[in-house]
Amino acid sequence: MTYHIPITDSDLHAYADDQLTPNRRREVEEYIRNHPEAAIQVDEYQRLNKGMHELYDPVLDESLPPQLLIKHSPFQQVWRAAAVMAWLGLGSILGWQLHPDSIVMAEREPTRFHLVQPAAFAHSVYATEFRHPVEVTANQQEHLVSWLSKRMNTRVNAPALNKLGFELIGGRLLPSTNRMAAQFMYQREDGTRITLYTRHNSWQKNITAFRYSKQGEMAILYWIDGPMGYAIVGNIKKTELLKLSKEIYLQLSYKATEMSYASSDRFP
Amino acid sequence: MPSFEDRLIEYIPNLRRYARALMRGDALAADDLVQDCLERALSRFHRWRAGSNLRAWLFTIMHNIHANQVRRITNGPKFVELIETDDPPAISEDVENQLTLRDLHRAIADLSPEQREILLLVSLEGLRYQDVANILGVPAGTVMSKLSRARKRLKEIVNDTQTQHIRRVK
Repeated sequence: MTYHIPITDSDLHAYADDQLTPNRRREVEEYIRNHPEAAIQVDEYQRLNKGMHELYDPVLDESLPPQLLIKHSPFQQVWRAAAVMAWLGLGSILGWQLHPDSIVMAEREPTRFHLVQPAAFAHSVYATEFRHPVEVTANQQEHLVSWLSKRMNTRVNAPALNKLGFELIGGRLLPSTNRMAAQFMYQREDGTRITLYTRHNSWQKNITAFRYSKQGEMAILYWIDGPMGYAIVGNIKKTELLKLSKEIYLQLSYKATEMSYASSDRFP
Repeated sequence: MPSFEDRLIEYIPNLRRYARALMRGDALAADDLVQDCLERALSRFHRWRAGSNLRAWLFTIMHNIHANQVRRITNGPKFVELIETDDPPAISEDVENQLTLRDLHRAIADLSPEQREILLLVSLEGLRYQDVANILGVPAGTVMSKLSRARKRLKEIVNDTQTQHIRRVK
């Protein structure tokens, strides 16, 4: 039999992928019957297709991870709503636990999820606390630092921010998305409080620049330095926050900490 | 009439399946890719013409994001590439079939990103050649030749692996 258009390798692919017009399909079928080597080719292509489905079709039945749940409104709106909830300090945590499917976790960067949000939550909960803002007060600083270091399984230091007008009140241990987190609280003479939230960095390999984020009145500056992530939170101006962050960075930077093991005299 | 979001939701499982295979079994990287894709789709849904092929549009977005990532990696500092892939989920009781599937999984992971993409769009997602051409922004003829080369390469890799298995058994 002669074909209007010669049968090519492309036809065999298209036959295996079921992408031929009915007429062409009949022609190729006929050709395959008469050409065993073409039949082998087609069979191979089809077996590869089938193998790929066997491999990856199970993904279709997996339940969706929370960050991929879309709930009938654009991500930004939902995120804004979540940010308002966080700012109000209201039952977001409760909400998450009670309705894990109905809350949309749309934040793209894991850093927001693991560091910025928890830091903001912790600040809104404890910085407003009048009687028990901290677990261990600053007059037990040595104990505070050794206790937190022990619980976090790494050396944790409370930076001294006195020259920028902020005095350490104390700190507390907090649960984080993975292990523990520590929060240090500072207060200025006018009563303004800022908190420094730090935890193990388990999600990001790089050292990052300082990043700024604002949630309602709360300003947050955060960065990742080697194995640790830091976020400083307060209702203060960005420029002030930046000054504080730089000071904290200098005092706590990964390398400086390593060196300070030898001469740990940073806190007179 | 279903909303744009409703229609988008329908395609998430497909996007995840494709991304999982494209990212060589790395579930976290794959879902990151899907998330980027969904966010971009949501922010640009006004650009999508109702009635046109939403599925192809989504795969186009995903292709662009992935191509940028690949470009960034190729142009950035050079690292030795670690071919470390998760084993595929156990599917069949048939051990021999499982072995073959594992080889196939590794072989797909060994293809160049470009070849992997074209093969998966056709073989796994069952997209029409013309749609694949539109998604990748290449002529249909190019899709055919690249598809042919990808399948040939895949077969070579699988055969090599199986020859190694046999040698090891001996």
